[in-house]
Amino acid sequence: MATPSELTATEQRRRFESGEVSSVELTQACVDRVAAVDDRVGAFLRFDAEKALAQAAACDAARAEGKPLGPLAGVPVAVKDLFCQEGEITTCASKILENFRSPYDSTVVDRLKQAGAVLLGRTNMDEFAMGGSTENSAYQTSRNPWDLERSPGGSSGGAAACVAALEAPLSVGTDTGGSIRQPAGLCGVVGMKPTYGRVSRYGLVAFASSLDQAGPLARTVEDTALLYDALAGHDPRDSTSNPSPAEPCAPTVNEPLKGLKVGVVPEHFAEGLDDEVRAAVEAAIETYRGLGAETVEVDLPHAKYGVATYYVIAPCEASSNLSRYDGVHYGHRTDEAAMLAQLEAERKAALASGDAEAADAIDTALVRLYRQSRSEGFGPEVKRRIMLGAYALSAGYYDAYYLKALKVRRLIRQDYDRAFEKVDLIAGPVTAAPAFKLGELSEDPLSMYLVDLYTVSANLAGLPAISLPCGKSKAGLPIGMQLMAPPLAEEKLLRGARMYEQATDWHQPTPDL
Amino acid sequence: MTADYTTIIGLEVHVQLATRSKLFCACSTTYGAEPNTQVCPVCLGLPGALPVLNREAVRLAIETGVALNLEIPEFTKWDRKQYFYPDLPKGYQTSQFDLPITQHGYLEIADPGGAFEPKRIRILRAHLEEDAGKSTHDESKAGGDSLIDLNRTGTPLLEIVSEPDLRSAAEAKAYLSELKLLLTYLGVSDCNMQEGSLRVDANVNLHIDEGTAAVDGAKPTATPIVEVKNLNSFRGVERAIEYEAQRQWREWQETRRKIGDFPKQTRGWDDAAGVTRAQRHKEESSDYRYFPCPDLEPVTITPERVDEVRAQMAELPAALRTRLESDFGLPLYDADVIVNQGRGVADYFLSVAAATGDGKQTANWITQHVLRTMNAQEVSLDELGLPADRLAGLIKKIADGELPSARSRETFDLMVEKNLSVDGAMAELGIEAVDESELEGLCQELLAANPKIVADVQGGNDKAVGALIGQAKKKNPNADPGKVRAICLGLIAKM
Ligand SMILES: [Zn+2]
Repeated sequence: MATPSELTATEQRRRFESGEVSSVELTQACVDRVAAVDDRVGAFLRFDAEKALAQAAACDAARAEGKPLGPLAGVPVAVKDLFCQEGEITTCASKILENFRSPYDSTVVDRLKQAGAVLLGRTNMDEFAMGGSTENSAYQTSRNPWDLERSPGGSSGGAAACVAALEAPLSVGTDTGGSIRQPAGLCGVVGMKPTYGRVSRYGLVAFASSLDQAGPLARTVEDTALLYDALAGHDPRDSTSNPSPAEPCAPTVNEPLKGLKVGVVPEHFAEGLDDEVRAAVEAAIETYRGLGAETVEVDLPHAKYGVATYYVIAPCEASSNLSRYDGVHYGHRTDEAAMLAQLEAERKAALASGDAEAADAIDTALVRLYRQSRSEGFGPEVKRRIMLGAYALSAGYYDAYYLKALKVRRLIRQDYDRAFEKVDLIAGPVTAAPAFKLGELSEDPLSMYLVDLYTVSANLAGLPAISLPCGKSKAGLPIGMQLMAPPLAEEKLLRGARMYEQATDWHQPTPDL
Repeated sequence: MTADYTTIIGLEVHVQLATRSKLFCACSTTYGAEPNTQVCPVCLGLPGALPVLNREAVRLAIETGVALNLEIPEFTKWDRKQYFYPDLPKGYQTSQFDLPITQHGYLEIADPGGAFEPKRIRILRAHLEEDAGKSTHDESKAGGDSLIDLNRTGTPLLEIVSEPDLRSAAEAKAYLSELKLLLTYLGVSDCNMQEGSLRVDANVNLHIDEGTAAVDGAKPTATPIVEVKNLNSFRGVERAIEYEAQRQWREWQETRRKIGDFPKQTRGWDDAAGVTRAQRHKEESSDYRYFPCPDLEPVTITPERVDEVRAQMAELPAALRTRLESDFGLPLYDADVIVNQGRGVADYFLSVAAATGDGKQTANWITQHVLRTMNAQEVSLDELGLPADRLAGLIKKIADGELPSARSRETFDLMVEKNLSVDGAMAELGIEAVDESELEGLCQELLAANPKIVADVQGGNDKAVGALIGQAKKKNPNADPGKVRAICLGLIAKM
């Protein structure tokens, strides 16, 4: 008999409703598991066992009173530390938001509460979701549960690791260039980036507004559908939220797709792809053929510009979105007294030297406050991207970089539109290789940017995409497959993924911790 | 010296739109609340908060666009204007850069006093943007604290940018007055300058005639453009322009610095000292790094939507002036006075004129008595307490001969003072119409008693009869002086 931690969320929800298990038992199992493994995994930034258990007790009481039970009633869920939650510290793993206690709930948190979920805690991430390894967190490094020397990926590294390590059955992450799918792939769990606008961004601390999308991480596709249904839908507080109603996916997720056409992009299997990954993904596509699917070669001629385009657009938006963290309204502020004393000393020295130009070049107190607060509060990767964005948006370079990137983005989207006239889903690798060692890429930003190679296009085109386990390397590291679908075709995407999952058991094993 | 240059002026007018809530959130825009009480995650720029467009602000911008003869493109979008300032919580202002909601129109200005010829001032654009907050700096230098009130943050503004078509402080004032009148007629804004609902920046420079003007194609020499900020009264705008023209003229004579040699400069207007002052270079920003706001969808405005707004629009001041001239036979001067008082007085005129059927008399009463009393008592039309039907009653009584015009003024004053109808006031004053035969009897009596006056009149001095009018009024206060005079002259002629 499985322990509560080993149960899928769907099973937990079923047993909770039938009275076989209490929410307190389910939550206690998470608390125990976190206590046992999280000092090694480092998935959670903050975990309040008392609060979670109190919430679980309230769920049990509601069930006892015969109150209507939400779709996630009694089930523990972890959230990435960039969803605002009333009364909770929301840091985005940044020092600049060290003490920011949100006065309001994000729509994601609000929907989780509405669905009856138990909010377990806040998972680690790359600072402001910028990174692919969770090494950019200002607070701690998360580790891959399959090999603690390796990265869980990023930026939702904590969200993926906590699910893989059985610390939580479900978690919510965000995906701007692959930040759900890449860590899901590296940790051997399922992660989905819904269509842009399908899950509200209200209360999600923005990185790149036109790319950010929240989505579910879980151990199975069925669980992914369960959590996705709770999150998706129109939100009038987010102007970019898709106005069409989100049809629930969980009820149909176990029905295989008939006459499925799977698109395969030859470039996805070109040089640079790890042999074990190639073999695993090709075997997965073969599995689809065995299930009666037809495979069709599709051409995405502009996909090769995806990473370059992404690394113009995302930093531009980030540089703007992060302007508000300036040390004035909230967040980290530099030591003012020391700063003013320093300025005074500089002014005196300039005056004494009689150099008028030097005196004029000294910051005003306000400019120094901004400069120093931001300089102390942001980590190197965030600074790098702010600089990139500010540069690309500056008057002389705007047309050459930002506008050009927008044009390429449109071409990439058109490629997908054309491809999806021929196929239902596109299948390929999530990452070029299994999980890399911690520190292996962190000194080389450009190579780190390439971890998004296969995932960024879905963000640029606004498409839904999912990562699911499809193999293991000889070293025992998970290998993931990515499926992409046309906009708003989440139902098809999940059914297609579930079809594969039911035919294989790559999602079954759990890491030895 | 002034003959040697022409002052070139363009105005940027920031108008606060009369919406109940802010441009991108549901917070109230009411003026004067306790600091930081009308704020929410969105206008505070809290992490994760997102804007949602206020459709009413778009409607008001369309109305203004129609009124200012502006083009309203089908597609408009939102941009972020990025700069750091403590009263700008997000680090950018959501505004409109290259695709404003309205562009390329004009406003006609005239001066019945004749200070300048009627002319058309072109308007480059009028775009929507959100306001920033308000900083209060400790001027005592003691604590050095700066306080920030974000109640105003996110309030919808329409920035109306004119072409540099204005040539004098008088023209600038006329432009602002007409613009304010138009916006208040539409109800687009209350244009209250004390509360900051209307704020003006003026771009000023000089075109100097160096004797080359006669040469074909020669451009006049221009001085560098100066943007004067913080103008919050019409008087301030006039004074600042006059000051700046003289200052630039002096500077030109000293430095001969031309436009292009020197970048546009920002100067602040010090109203108390009556001077403009240069602002520090660091307070001027050159590269705002505008870029399209990814949180807001572009807005599509169909021609049908514009027509819909146009159909529901109030009558504009210029159209109303013309109507008062043509339909009510008013002289332009009177029409101008009434319309310029604002929509309340104009509507009042229309109601009274409709009830009396006499536009000219109505105009006379309003321009001479109503407005004078309002000014003297420093009250608004509503506070004056003379509803349209009461003024109409007074005018009708005079026309019907039931109220002698000589006593109409005191009747009017009493109506206002005691909040009475014309009948009530007349009763209190004991005014009754005097019977014609009764008046004749009175006149005969007076002539008999004053043979000297009769003789004087017969001798050709008609004016002598005036002395009898006072006596007639003593005997019967309701006696109409005009009638007394006419009857007396008639009787003497028959003698
Ligand atoms: Zn607000």
